[in-house]
Amino acid sequence: MEHKNWTGFKAGVWQDEINVRDFIQQNYKAYAGSDEFLAGATERTKNLMKKLEALFALERQFGGVLDIDTATVSSLTSYSPGYIDKDNEIIVGMQTNRPLKRGVNPFGGMRMVRQACEAYGYKLSRKVEEEFRFRTTHNDGVFRAYTDEMRQARKCHVITGLPDAYGRGRIIGDYRRVALYGIDKLIEEKKKDKNALTNHAFNTEQIRLDEELFQQITFLGYLKEMAAMYGFDISQPASNAREAIQWTYFAYLGAIKEQNGAAMSLGRVSTFFDIYIERDIENGILTEEDAQELIDDFVMKLRIARHLRTPEYNELFGGDPMWITEAVGGMGEDGRTLVTKSSFRMLNTLYTLGSSPEPNLTVLWSTALPENFKKFCAKVSKDTDSIQYENDDLMRPIYGDDYAIACCVSAMKVGKQMQFFGARCNLAKLLLIAINGGYDTTSGIHIGPQMPVLSGEKLDYDEVMERFDVYIKWLSNLYVNTMNIIHYMHDKYAYEKTQMALHDTQVERFMAFGIAGLSVVADSLSAIKFANVKPVKDSKGFISEFKTEGDFPKYGNDDDRVDLIAKDMAHRMITELRKTPTYRHAVHTLSVLTITSNVMYGKNTGATPDGRKASAPFAPGANPMHNREENGALASLNSVAKISYDDCRDGVSNTFSITPEALGRTDDERVDNLVSILDGYFAKKAHHINVNVLNRETLMKAYENPEDYPNLTIRVSGYAVNFNKLSREQQREVISRTFHEAI
Amino acid sequence: MTGRIHSIQSLAASDGPGLRFAVFMQGCPLRCGCCHNPDTWDFGGGKECTAEDIVKKAIRYKDYFGSKGGITVSGGEPLIQADFVREVFELCHGEGINTCLDTSGCTMNEKVKALLSVTDRVLLDIKYTDSELYRNHVGCEIDTVLEFLDYLNIKKIPVTIRQVIIPTLNDSEDNINKLKEIADRHECVDKIELLPFRKLCQIKYDNMGIDFSFKDIPEPSKETMKKLEEII
Repeated sequence: MEHKNWTGFKAGVWQDEINVRDFIQQNYKAYAGSDEFLAGATERTKNLMKKLEALFALERQFGGVLDIDTATVSSLTSYSPGYIDKDNEIIVGMQTNRPLKRGVNPFGGMRMVRQACEAYGYKLSRKVEEEFRFRTTHNDGVFRAYTDEMRQARKCHVITGLPDAYGRGRIIGDYRRVALYGIDKLIEEKKKDKNALTNHAFNTEQIRLDEELFQQITFLGYLKEMAAMYGFDISQPASNAREAIQWTYFAYLGAIKEQNGAAMSLGRVSTFFDIYIERDIENGILTEEDAQELIDDFVMKLRIARHLRTPEYNELFGGDPMWITEAVGGMGEDGRTLVTKSSFRMLNTLYTLGSSPEPNLTVLWSTALPENFKKFCAKVSKDTDSIQYENDDLMRPIYGDDYAIACCVSAMKVGKQMQFFGARCNLAKLLLIAINGGYDTTSGIHIGPQMPVLSGEKLDYDEVMERFDVYIKWLSNLYVNTMNIIHYMHDKYAYEKTQMALHDTQVERFMAFGIAGLSVVADSLSAIKFANVKPVKDSKGFISEFKTEGDFPKYGNDDDRVDLIAKDMAHRMITELRKTPTYRHAVHTLSVLTITSNVMYGKNTGATPDGRKASAPFAPGANPMHNREENGALASLNSVAKISYDDCRDGVSNTFSITPEALGRTDDERVDNLVSILDGYFAKKAHHINVNVLNRETLMKAYENPEDYPNLTIRVSGYAVNFNKLSREQQREVISRTFHEAI
Repeated sequence: MTGRIHSIQSLAASDGPGLRFAVFMQGCPLRCGCCHNPDTWDFGGGKECTAEDIVKKAIRYKDYFGSKGGITVSGGEPLIQADFVREVFELCHGEGINTCLDTSGCTMNEKVKALLSVTDRVLLDIKYTDSELYRNHVGCEIDTVLEFLDYLNIKKIPVTIRQVIIPTLNDSEDNINKLKEIADRHECVDKIELLPFRKLCQIKYDNMGIDFSFKDIPEPSKETMKKLEEII
């Protein structure tokens, strides 16, 4: 097939089938040069950004939420068009009719919407209450099916953060398809797929898919209507860079109007955009300044995306994140780098617009990346603390070269794979429940197999492990079944119509489980194995404290004696999870990632044998416990790198904070050394790292005088946050973390 | 062979080129007033370990070294355990790891010469350019250090000269000019690094119950450091 808007593009199979990857491979121009070509922000950009800064300040003054439209259910066409400054915007489209005004989205659950409105001094309108009176939400469905045991597991926080009351997210539509093919072609292809179903037996799965395709087609139509409201016809392919970015943004916008998923990631658009930008530059209709301006305007739109959340949600996922994750860089399967000038332009927004947690810029790092790009990334990290890095050399062999990251660390082929998000279970709490024979001392709930409390003066490693295994088996089975219910109901009552329309019809699914408290468990087991751990019983005869005597190896010091315990825990967990079949034949995956929930998980967990006090925070993600690292930064990185990606295909998150002085004496040295750290860490087959280059003092000042640091951005587990948007408790926890300092 | 080690640090970014795996030897014959590691003085302290142990650990960080990084042995004073450090460096060379020695240059003998034959770079701490100050605040002769440097020059071992800038003692332009002259006389010197005197180590002295003799000397200002660095 040919199209006039494709003139100048190299032909390929992408013209005959929906295949964005092939389009990219045939047409992109790898760039190995330096950042010298980059343009700064234009006056227009600066003025628009000033308006946004003022709105952000106002939003902060209003307690974090500027405004809520309580009378309109968020959907693609339910709001009239909104603008920041209509005449000066290059890329348009807003979630509601005003910037930063949040819509309500009750499809995931009514309760959360009501509570969120009330938390900010609003009341959900009668109209919306009426509209949903006879409608089943995802949340209703889940709680109809939950067993008593599932409710108890939730209540005692051994499994927490499950997406059973809001949108599940972690699905990335291939938003680029709208730009490359136009809506009409996408509808045509989906119709073909739907007709092809006629040849199959109509069992449950086929009927469900048939209905889903109907919904996908309908919502592609709505997407076209939504764009028309802004004066754009997106039925045909984009004809230039501005349209390509605008069409892609409309597709993303449709997704976030329809869904309030926890993580609404963007995918991998920079190099795709670059092809259009390069064509326009060659045709003399675009300058470098214009190109940066387009990217800047697009990124500004992403920075004002918001969802309405409850305070309890913020406790888990602090900082009001959307995880608009954009994967930048990486290598192609043919050995060419996928870095283009637009990879630089995307990162450059952290200079043109200032540092920011969103979009969640994620560099796919390969030791083979062009040196100039590596250095630029390190420089941006050092200056802004706003980038995370993930190992392309580890993921590319599994997902190919057109994958992206959902949320923080979840890799998936764009438009071909999706995941069922499953938050995480609290492994440290599970260890305590096991030791107490099925009793949770913090909640007072009896749960799981009931056995005697472990006896004896001193905990015996083999006995504890044998016991722990029983409970891991029990929890794994319960966890998978709980997830099966959640995702069955989400598909049934809150199916992602827009996003799934931008996937292949036959999609591969992952079911993503998670663990919290890995370092606490590893150190606790190490203490039991190498030191003397004496259990202390409370008045009811349950073990509520431990007296640990003697030294023991601690995770984070590149000491195999304990690091291999951590690695083994992840392996045991995924092995057990795999034993229970999943809904829609999803592939079981596991993550070691906590977001900011390590604080909340710790709060709900009693004292542990590693010496951690009751209620004290866990370390985030796969991080070693704060201040237990004695051999310096690289030893800590080596410990984390031992957690196997084969066991944890949903990601292993590590947050790394280092002072500028510890990174080298001059700016150039710091850049070179950071590159060496990243090269070394990823050569060790590590998966992910957040890099913060800053002093603890800066954070302490920001803690005391937040108004002086309105834009201080830091990386936490898997994403970046505006430091001021964290709760005081989360801020204190971040400050207490290990900062690798100069010696 | 075994040696006495104070500690290891897996990431040292300012002790030689690139990222370094740093080993701090235990024991030092000098008593520099500005010393920030008084806990490394005692020859009987630290823990004993073999050269193989050290190198086995260093190998775990090879991926981070890139083309420039490697191992740096510091102290304490590594020259006092020259045999041991030589073995560490020999084993490192066998593994393709770049070796760097951070020393005061306070002694020279056959064992030290053997160590230098497997040393890729020396970070030479020239504390002062004045023999009186050396005698009063270090406890060795400046001539010994300069002879050490002469030997490095003959052997063409690349050298970074380092000096801690201590207000009232060596923060004058005159001192820096003299330091530069020393560097200029030795072709092997390709870099001079000035390090600001820091008093973070006060707590170590307090914990050890000994007096930090430079406790009343202020840390140098950023402006002073900048001004002196400009001379270089």
